Amino acid sequence: MSVTTPNTPHETVDPVDDGLEKAVVKKWKAPIAFAIFVIISALLFFVARRDGVTELRLSAENDAIKLPSIEAPVMATGIVVVILLALMTAGAFWLANQAKRIPLWLTAVFGIVFMYGFLTWAGADKSIPITGLLLGSVALSAPLIFGALGGVISERVGVVNVAIEGQLLAGAFLSAFVASITRNPFAGLLAAIVAGVLVSFVLAAFAIKYLVDQVIVGVVLNVLVAGLTSFLYSTVLSSNTEAFNTPPRLPRIPIPLLSDIPILGRVLFDQTIIIYLMYIAIALVFYGLFFTKWGLRLRAVGEHPQAADTVGIRVNSTRFWNVSIAGAIAGLGGAYFTLGSVGGFTKEMTAGAGFIALAAVIFGRWDPIRATLAALLFGFATNLQNTLGAIGSGVPSEFLLMLPYLVTIFAVAGLVGQVRGPAASGKPYIKS
Amino acid sequence: MKLELRGITKRFGSLVANDHIDLVVEPGEIHCLLGENGAGKSTLMNVLYGLYQAEEGDILLDDSVQHFEGPGDAMRAGIGMVHQHFMLIPVFTVAENVMLGHEETKAGGRLNLDAARARVREISARFGFDVDPDALVGDLPVGIQQRVEIIKALSRDASVLVFDEPTAVLTPQETDELMTIMRQLKSEGTSIVFITHKLREVREVADRITVVRLGKIVGEASPTASNSELAALMVGRNVELTVHKEPARPGAASLVVEHLDVIDANGIKVVNDVSFEVHEGEILAIAGVQGNGQTELTEAILGIQPRTNGSISLNGTRLNGQSVKKVLNAGVGFVPEDRTHDGLVGEFTIAENLMLDRSDQQPFVKGGTLQLKALNDFAEEKKREFDIRAESITTHAGRLSGGNQQKVVLARELSRELKLFVASQPTRGIDVGSIEFVHKRMVETRDAGVPVIVVSTELDEVVALADRIAVMYRGSIVGIVPGDTPRDVLGLMMAGETGVAA
Amino acid sequence: MSDNNQQNTPAPGAAPEPAAASASASAPASASAPASSPAPQPAAAPAPKPDTEAPRSNKILNEILGGSFLISILAVLLALIAGAILIAATNEDVQTASGYFFSRPGDTLGAIWQAVSGAYSALFQGSVYNFRRDSFADGIKPLTETLTFATPLIAAGLGVGLAFRVGLFNIGGRGQMLIAAACAGWVGFSFQLPAPLHITLAVLAGIAGGAIWGGLVGFLKARTGAHEVILTIMLNYVAFYLISYMLRTPGLLQAPGSPNPKSPPMAETAVFPALFGSKYNLHLGFILVIVATALVWYLLNRSSLGFRFRAVGENPNAAKVAGIDVKNTYVYAMLFSGGLVGLAGVSQVLGTVTGGFSGGIDAGIGFDAITVALLGRSKPIGIFFAGILFGAFKAGGFSMQAAEGVPVDIVVVVQSLIVLFIAAPPLVRAIFFLPKPGGRARRVLPNVSKEVAAK
Repeated sequence: MSVTTPNTPHETVDPVDDGLEKAVVKKWKAPIAFAIFVIISALLFFVARRDGVTELRLSAENDAIKLPSIEAPVMATGIVVVILLALMTAGAFWLANQAKRIPLWLTAVFGIVFMYGFLTWAGADKSIPITGLLLGSVALSAPLIFGALGGVISERVGVVNVAIEGQLLAGAFLSAFVASITRNPFAGLLAAIVAGVLVSFVLAAFAIKYLVDQVIVGVVLNVLVAGLTSFLYSTVLSSNTEAFNTPPRLPRIPIPLLSDIPILGRVLFDQTIIIYLMYIAIALVFYGLFFTKWGLRLRAVGEHPQAADTVGIRVNSTRFWNVSIAGAIAGLGGAYFTLGSVGGFTKEMTAGAGFIALAAVIFGRWDPIRATLAALLFGFATNLQNTLGAIGSGVPSEFLLMLPYLVTIFAVAGLVGQVRGPAASGKPYIKS
Repeated sequence: MKLELRGITKRFGSLVANDHIDLVVEPGEIHCLLGENGAGKSTLMNVLYGLYQAEEGDILLDDSVQHFEGPGDAMRAGIGMVHQHFMLIPVFTVAENVMLGHEETKAGGRLNLDAARARVREISARFGFDVDPDALVGDLPVGIQQRVEIIKALSRDASVLVFDEPTAVLTPQETDELMTIMRQLKSEGTSIVFITHKLREVREVADRITVVRLGKIVGEASPTASNSELAALMVGRNVELTVHKEPARPGAASLVVEHLDVIDANGIKVVNDVSFEVHEGEILAIAGVQGNGQTELTEAILGIQPRTNGSISLNGTRLNGQSVKKVLNAGVGFVPEDRTHDGLVGEFTIAENLMLDRSDQQPFVKGGTLQLKALNDFAEEKKREFDIRAESITTHAGRLSGGNQQKVVLARELSRELKLFVASQPTRGIDVGSIEFVHKRMVETRDAGVPVIVVSTELDEVVALADRIAVMYRGSIVGIVPGDTPRDVLGLMMAGETGVAA
Repeated sequence: MSDNNQQNTPAPGAAPEPAAASASASAPASASAPASSPAPQPAAAPAPKPDTEAPRSNKILNEILGGSFLISILAVLLALIAGAILIAATNEDVQTASGYFFSRPGDTLGAIWQAVSGAYSALFQGSVYNFRRDSFADGIKPLTETLTFATPLIAAGLGVGLAFRVGLFNIGGRGQMLIAAACAGWVGFSFQLPAPLHITLAVLAGIAGGAIWGGLVGFLKARTGAHEVILTIMLNYVAFYLISYMLRTPGLLQAPGSPNPKSPPMAETAVFPALFGSKYNLHLGFILVIVATALVWYLLNRSSLGFRFRAVGENPNAAKVAGIDVKNTYVYAMLFSGGLVGLAGVSQVLGTVTGGFSGGIDAGIGFDAITVALLGRSKPIGIFFAGILFGAFKAGGFSMQAAEGVPVDIVVVVQSLIVLFIAAPPLVRAIFFLPKPGGRARRVLPNVSKEVAAK
């Protein structure tokens, strides 16, 4: 989980030889957040007390390699979990008192332990299918990840992309329509890319050429795409659902050997081509952004467009084309709704996924890997709600659904560390 | 390479920024372009560098006409530029900044950072720079950043190098080192265009001097010309470089600053253990190179720096820890360093700007309602009194010239009953006429018995106005000396040398 | 953003090239002064007056043609044309006729005319005056429907517009409306009180709910520097799930004995009285938004607080230096903004949907309000009329759907196109071959992406 990326915002800026004294800064936000989670788990286990044994199923019926299920007694698990969390929190306080940063792995371990405890508590006397939970998480995360990657590229080049929702929706619509009339899901994929790019064109034209506030264009575009797709759905798609809105679904392609790995094999390597394209996209965006000429220029334009201009980089066309690439990726995510899962377009079917993707961009600090992880986390939270709802655990599903949004509010409010975007994001570049 | 500009004309709307400018820079020559702020020097150089397109005229390199669509073309033709505001990306390393725009790549499109590092090291060695290719630019001191700019230009084999106001951010010592670098470049055959408005520097390093005024070339001068000759040429008339003022009659100590620290967002003490006092009826100038804590010091007095230690008190009342509003109500007048950014609301009218810091007070507001009549009367009066040149008091402040904008700020601040007046860079970027006006009003304020603090990076201004001078370096006060202290002593102090004052 | 490295990074929010811009503006200003005077005036020449050479009549013409009002009209026209194209393209008769376009082109054109004129005349008759009714009292009913639809749009538009003036983008209309509707609704169905008191109490509860939900955004922004766009988007969902939970939980908002996620109906005493009798739906809410419009006008243009709002909106840095507490101003602004949006929620539960509300009570008004505020250019009077226009679209849209089978979603398309066209006057001018306006380009839409220098 510890990812090192060059040139992501450096939180600790030590002037090299400025000779200026540095005051000691202690940051207490993270340990306090940890402590809150300890209190929550203590409340769950000891106040909202539940007894019994939770079964965590690690294998499905038809897995090649079967793992035994974990039988976790709720109370015992609770005690262990709370003690572990408390220890880690103490460690976090100690680090903060030493004015040191809390390493990402500690946060990750903390999160996993908390989640294990929560699952055990929530599933008391019932059985939770871990594979199914993860499989569903990947499915729900896929459009978020595509959207977040599009968001990362767009914002890194200096154009705030609130229109991810519109790009996803346009991708979903056009891919369903084209795949239906051609009876070819791959034509649908291509159409999704085109749809995303078209939305990007409008965003780019208004943001770059007409210098309209990018956030406003994004919001209005979302409304426009929602209206347009709903209108066309009512007039065209519904007029002949058979011909226009029954896209063939993409086949699953299990990857030999890899798909037989216990737990993760089926989750990651027995998927449709969109998911594999997603892996490629994540890798390419990460590599491209930080190790290639394209990425260097892109980031330069997003950080300090004038500096980029003075070394001969065309700022506005760089922005234009990269916003288009961002649209293509986000549009592909839209295809997942129609070709990868549901199998037909419905009105406003993205239901705010674009905004969660935007949240993932920010929570992931404009870094493709972190944003992907954030999208996975959000997908997991959503699917957890589905799973717990299915086994009837009594946790109000609305509160789990709220989770991604609450987490993001905490993130932007700086409770999980300082968040800093590309310096010139949202600012049009005006040359006299 | 020989550079020639023929009849360059650049307009912004109906405004002519460059009017048929001709300029020849011979190979291996340091050619100074001298002119006031706003004379059109930077516009000309931006035309040369392809950032602006000229309406008329040609750019010739070694007698062949060039067509620059953008900076990329200019760079390929061999023109390099060291910008006044550094064109560096703070979150990139030195090597990344240097390679940006002409990147070499390895297999798989991977950036060849090693080649860039080698290039940085090679050029650094040639000029004796000590620059780490892997340091983040944002972490480097200003002087080093400027060297990165130079390396950036040289890494593209520039044979014409433009320095746009390069000394504004340097200490006198760093300036001397820059002069040495310029001579070294010249000896290697590089043609240099050196843009400045500082007469001393011009005379020290230039081979030829061209003076620009109001967008036109007004003459050439040789480096042997006297300061006053150059100044007269630059301004277009004989200029009084001094301010007429009577000797100060200081009263009681009014503002007392003791052991003040200001800590910035990164936890750095940008003002470090500063103590001084200002008396009624005197002007204390705070001198120093840009970025040595002066800005933060004045902001701490005003109360917009959130983290301070020590104490600031005015006539016995503690100021720090108070809100800006309380500080203003205690009688502090403040002219911020960047008037368009911090001093005025560009989309507001002159009248509205005049009530900006009394937005809930009599006579402008009664019972929460604006008193437009009172405001208009007040604005008309101040427009006359401060000679604000504008169509009417409803003209938007953003449409005024720099000098008139500054007069609006001054009119606002000086029309309250003041116990302390703080002016930060009060004459930066404004015309000579307005400078004289501003200086006159400041001396009048002093003579009315108000303690005045002037922060300035221009030694001329400091020497002209100050009764006493405090010199700041890296967040600390190096020393407080009398107003008639020689410039060379001040220069050394600005470079951090203590003990020279005695 | 630290201040100690301001030499190398331009201050946040600063224009890319402030130095060059101001330099170039001041120099030529003096350059155009009387030529070759040996000693120019000591002070700079007056502010540059563009187009001084252009003939005066030309200038007036330019002002009319380049003016924002004309652009607004043309933007609406363009959007309606685009809507017409959509209607025609998806019309089945047009599609059939276009199959033999080259043999009988007139059929296609006729079909297009039929489709478009039918749709737009239904739109008009559904929103202004229905000529098929005999009496004036019946014919005018659509207009009152328009005003009924406009009521929450204006209220929420005022809220969004007020935030724009302070430099804040309140996309949180949905959340604020939901919370406000829940508060007003709860008061409305839980208590037994005399009518005037009950209404007042319910209205105040709703406004307070919206204000708190909006103020929370202002508070978080002021305290932590979090961007309000992200906060409001996220809080929309939080509010939605919160209200959904409460609506399906007995004892909170759910109607007793009902399995549906829906509240009980409002008590008679809490329902807004109809203005023109029970025949028309127009209710007290419309009077309230007229009052709100006037109050917001006074607040922004004549009050001390409004002055500070505008100062912070235009230049938060200068406002801060002038002693205005920017952070508190953000909190106040979001309280007002949320309260106004809350009024829209109140008008929904107490005026329009009085039979109990569900999680969809906001009806997308929170987002429509953004377009209303933009079309009204964030000015109270403008917002009032923009709200009526979009109210007409809504009222007419439903009758267009009923009469001509054109889905009401077309209204959303037209609305968002209007805003896009308004945002880009050069585009509109290019389409209509209009001259470029003289003078400095004025900002059409608010700029909400700027930041305050963190200190």
